[in-house]
Amino acid sequence: MIHSLFLINSSGDIFLEKHWKSVVSRSVCDYFFEAQERATEAENVPPVIPTPHHYLLNVYRHKIFFVAVIQTEVPPLFVIEFLHRVVDTFQDYFGVCSEVVIKDNVVVVYEVLEEMLDNGFPLATESNILKELIKPPTILRTVVNTITGSTNVGDQLPTGQLSVVPWRRTGVKYTNNEAYFDVIEEIDAIIDKSGSTITAEIQGVIDACVKLTGMPDLTLSFMNPRLLDDVSFHPCVRFKRWESERILSFIPPDGNFRLLSYHVSAQNLVAIPVYVKHNISFRDSSSLGRFEITVGPKQTMGKTVEGVMVTSQMPKGVLNMSLTPSQGMHTFDPVTKLLSWDVGKINPQKLPSLKGTMSLQAGTSKPDENPTINLQFKIQQLAISGLKVNRLDMYGEKYKPFKGIKYMTKAGKFQVRT
Amino acid sequence: MTVGKDVSALFPDVVNCMQTDNLELKKLVYLYLMNYAKSQPDMAIMAVNTFVKDCEDPNPLIRALAVRTMGCIRVDKITEYLCEPLRKCLKDEDPYVRKTAAVCVAKLHDINAQLVEDQGFLDTLKDLISDSNPMVVANAVAALSEIAESHPSSNLLDLNPQSINKLLTALNECTEWGQIFILDCLANYMPKDDREAQSICERVTPRLSHANSAVVLSAVKVLMKFMEMLSKDLDYYGTLLKKLAPPLVTLLSAEPELQYVALRNINLIVQKRPEILKHEMKVFFVKYNDPIYVKLEKLDIMIRLASQANIAQVLAELKEYATEVDVDFVRKAVRAIGRCAIKVEQSAERCVSTLLDLIQTKVNYVVQEAIVVIKDIFRKYPNKYESVIATLCENLDSLDEPEARAAMIWIVGEYAERIDNADELLESFLEGFHDESTQVQLQLLTAIVKLFLKKPTETQELVQQVLSLATQDSDNPDLRDRGYIYWRLLSTDPVAAKEVVLVEKPLISEETDLIEPTLLDELICYIGTLASVYHKPPSAFVEGSRGIVHKSLPPRTGSSESAESPDAAPSGAPPSEQPAVIPTQGDLLGDLLNLDLGPPVSGPPVATSSVQMGAVDLLGGGLDSLMGGTGFTAPSAVMPANLGPPPSGGLGDLFDLAGGVGTLSGSHVAPKTVWLPAMKAKGLEISGTFSRQVGAISMDLLLTNKALQVMSDFAIQFNRNSFGLAPAAPLQIHAPLAPNQTVEISLPLNTVGSVMKMDPLNNLQVAVKNNIDVFYFSTLYPLHILFVEDGKMERQMFLATWKDIPNENEAQFQIKDCPLSADAVSSKLQGSNIFTVAKRNVEGQDMLYQSLKLTNGIWVLAELRIQPGSPSFTLSLKCRAPEVSQYVYQAYETILKN
Repeated sequence: MIHSLFLINSSGDIFLEKHWKSVVSRSVCDYFFEAQERATEAENVPPVIPTPHHYLLNVYRHKIFFVAVIQTEVPPLFVIEFLHRVVDTFQDYFGVCSEVVIKDNVVVVYEVLEEMLDNGFPLATESNILKELIKPPTILRTVVNTITGSTNVGDQLPTGQLSVVPWRRTGVKYTNNEAYFDVIEEIDAIIDKSGSTITAEIQGVIDACVKLTGMPDLTLSFMNPRLLDDVSFHPCVRFKRWESERILSFIPPDGNFRLLSYHVSAQNLVAIPVYVKHNISFRDSSSLGRFEITVGPKQTMGKTVEGVMVTSQMPKGVLNMSLTPSQGMHTFDPVTKLLSWDVGKINPQKLPSLKGTMSLQAGTSKPDENPTINLQFKIQQLAISGLKVNRLDMYGEKYKPFKGIKYMTKAGKFQVRT
Repeated sequence: MTVGKDVSALFPDVVNCMQTDNLELKKLVYLYLMNYAKSQPDMAIMAVNTFVKDCEDPNPLIRALAVRTMGCIRVDKITEYLCEPLRKCLKDEDPYVRKTAAVCVAKLHDINAQLVEDQGFLDTLKDLISDSNPMVVANAVAALSEIAESHPSSNLLDLNPQSINKLLTALNECTEWGQIFILDCLANYMPKDDREAQSICERVTPRLSHANSAVVLSAVKVLMKFMEMLSKDLDYYGTLLKKLAPPLVTLLSAEPELQYVALRNINLIVQKRPEILKHEMKVFFVKYNDPIYVKLEKLDIMIRLASQANIAQVLAELKEYATEVDVDFVRKAVRAIGRCAIKVEQSAERCVSTLLDLIQTKVNYVVQEAIVVIKDIFRKYPNKYESVIATLCENLDSLDEPEARAAMIWIVGEYAERIDNADELLESFLEGFHDESTQVQLQLLTAIVKLFLKKPTETQELVQQVLSLATQDSDNPDLRDRGYIYWRLLSTDPVAAKEVVLVEKPLISEETDLIEPTLLDELICYIGTLASVYHKPPSAFVEGSRGIVHKSLPPRTGSSESAESPDAAPSGAPPSEQPAVIPTQGDLLGDLLNLDLGPPVSGPPVATSSVQMGAVDLLGGGLDSLMGGTGFTAPSAVMPANLGPPPSGGLGDLFDLAGGVGTLSGSHVAPKTVWLPAMKAKGLEISGTFSRQVGAISMDLLLTNKALQVMSDFAIQFNRNSFGLAPAAPLQIHAPLAPNQTVEISLPLNTVGSVMKMDPLNNLQVAVKNNIDVFYFSTLYPLHILFVEDGKMERQMFLATWKDIPNENEAQFQIKDCPLSADAVSSKLQGSNIFTVAKRNVEGQDMLYQSLKLTNGIWVLAELRIQPGSPSFTLSLKCRAPEVSQYVYQAYETILKN
């Protein structure tokens, strides 16, 4: 099982280590540093690194490498999932997950890590259980604790720990009972030179924020549940009910959680809400290249496309770019060769465009590769797959909750090849 | 936590704080103890009292915390005191304490395994598997799995249908981590038939919709493994296949690290069952900002999924990738185009034109890579695309990498007759001969010899030059040797040289980068583990490989009984009947031919190297690992380890298990064993046994093709042996044996062959030939196949002979554990042509007098003394040729115990 955890910052300092079994010397991280050196960028460090006696599994989040050390055959996904959970927990506790914050809260961090694993076996990873065991630090509580000498550590066994619904504690009380659901869909797509779709898929999630008193039992039904043929549920969802009736029936955790995530595959037709017209040309003879992009809406069901952001990694040979946008701001970093253009909203009457010239290194031949355009955008009040919630009912409690459902479509990995 | 400062000096003061009621303080003290107890073991004793007291605290949180912390303190003196509180906690009323205590047993086992066994904690832990709380079950399973890993022989997780049922129930209710432990444990279970396998699958499938990817992959492992047992015609089989695809696709939208692990596993799954993901090609298309390790894996899977239906799409994508920035990725993409051409014949033309387009880009590394793969395409489709040679030659000057230069030289040499200026081209390479790498030098030598054989008149000078360069000026032994061989060939017999050098080359196939089927089957059992990431069996890399148990897929048919572990020793067969393999001699001529063939399409470096690693390890691991590795496709090698002496009706069962060849009428037939493992015979696996029916001896063989190419032209021959056994008819296998196909054949034998005394007496050396090679192995045959039907001696004759044979020829043996009555023994032996001449009862003992005759006319007389109620017999044998006695005894034992 998981032996040790090292947190390493981007300058290569090990700033925190935790061992759940016997102590593993930090020199084991040298193998990690070797691998890091070989991979030019932090993102390219291989996730599994073998060393003579151990295996190092790492994830890179918030500019911190979380390196877990294992010695025996442990499922790597198990370890990686656990590391994700560690990151999420830190974020949940401290708002942000950064080296400074972790160093500031080192006692809480150790207490939390100690609670999360026992001898390498996960013990309590649900954030609501952890928070009952160890209360997250707030300014008020720190002050109170200093004066009264009370502690952050709960002395009661968390109620959820062993019940059939480990994700919910008992005795939850709210004056305003409310349940909000956000249907968020991300489009991953690759569009080729001519504008036709090579692959497009939708990654959807339903995130919920449920603040309801007592033990409510919720059911959520959809207008078109057939869309959801590939789903992953929060453990609270009753799978049998979904199989037979296509209804989500669950006792929700308290607070924020991800109810389900789904995937609408490439085989279904996915509507692409924007298009990009581009004309990027290098000439062999001249040291100037032409650059022109226009972004326009397409299949948006009448909704506005906003938060549009265009980024593109230009070839190494491009020295500088002189461009004029019809709207928004643009920057070009001559060192990293990254062009980014913050477009904002798309007005269908007056399509935003970015035009100008690129100056290329003189004397070299034209670049071999074509830059790929990365697109980000948001569309409010639209789930591009067409998924619609039919109704939400609550059983088991007497009061009337306030219910709300929001839809949003975003670009995930949306790439246009040129 | 102390920012690297040593604070062990504060030990006594900290321990004093331990009795506090403040839980946070208590926790911090415990943390301190875990870190520093080891450095101050004497002082740590001071803490024991508080621990013991805390273990009885009314608050379960504190009880659990105390027992948890005590387990983490790796000081012997403390562990002694841990036993009592731990025992109490294992039976605590609060499940939270029980589940913590379960893990504590694993901790304690790590510190002092003997103590855990002595204290009986393992049994308590096993009891916890049937606990009412699913979390406790999960932790108990996790702890047992961890303990079992360090003691593979202990058989701790003894799974039976009842405990499986409990695990499946707990699976639905425990946390995600618990589900992983339980699923991994389930994967080690062998369902007894396909119905059970199906019902487990049905209960595991809901886990595919779990948000935790590790749960999903563990569930995939269970399903992939048990699917092996389901019949393909079953509706459920199809449903299951359909259900497997979406979760795998979903894993690819997760974070890159998860994607990487998922892709490595999908790579295995795609090789085992390509039908699952055949429609999902598009999800493997590469995004330009994927990390490089994800890109390379995706590319590999794309090629595996490429088929005629989607090749156009794939090619368009690959061409796109070939213009990316990352050099490694671009190279791999170009190589992938070549692999597509070799894999999908219809696309070859399009691939070639794509490659030509890429060559036109003049990007140096793209051109070089393209030339290397075009060489492979020529090897696969000779005389088809030679028109492109001209284009290739234009780029000759830009080649600076040895592999590309070697490829180009090979092409020039191979097609010398169609390239007008071939001699000039090769001559230009020759100028810097000594600066070239060995690969290029060897290739150049061969190419010029080819050229000479094709155009002898103009190139005599050139060939002399290269031969002298290679033989006189070079330090490289390979190069010198090859130079001399060519030189001698050319000088002695140019016609023969032509035949040797210009022989038609075997076509290469696309499967070169596939994982060996046997290894693949083993790896499928390890989906989701490190083994699946490295594509190596765990024994190849796990620390110290602590007696790793080889896992194998269950056999497809719902056999009535299945051995727990495939390496169970063949108990039904006579002792020491292990196949011995005579190493084959390398075919010198074959090697020579292969010299200039250049390497076949090389696969991804990781995959190929792992295949080699695996193979090497399997060979090194000895026979056990061999049998473990091959256990799956040769279910006949799996012996029922725990079958007691069966009643006569049970014999049929046994035969069914062994492949259903035995009949009750003939003499005893041992189950088939593997005589020639696939590893040692280039993929041909032979298992077999001997039988005797109505006077005819036959050798029942099961030939399995585990290689990737078709086998044909089988023939068999025996070496001279003690009893003159020889095939009575040629080995008749009419159709060629396709990969993964198995053929069963019965080869009639006679005893008129030439005789040579062997040691051991019943040793038989066999040579089997097919279109690939000749393989040798030796096996021991049971002597009773040689007992003839007219072996019953007259009573008088028996008495006379018995007296006649000198007493020093008498041998005595004990047959143990054979609880049969005298009559049963008699009838059983009669079936194998051992005849009872007389039966007497002397002093309460049954005496059987028996006779038998061997095919070569040797008579053996036996006296079998049976004490009623005792399972041991005494066997006295008398024979004029006393050396056979021992083997007759073995035959007795075999017959009686089966």
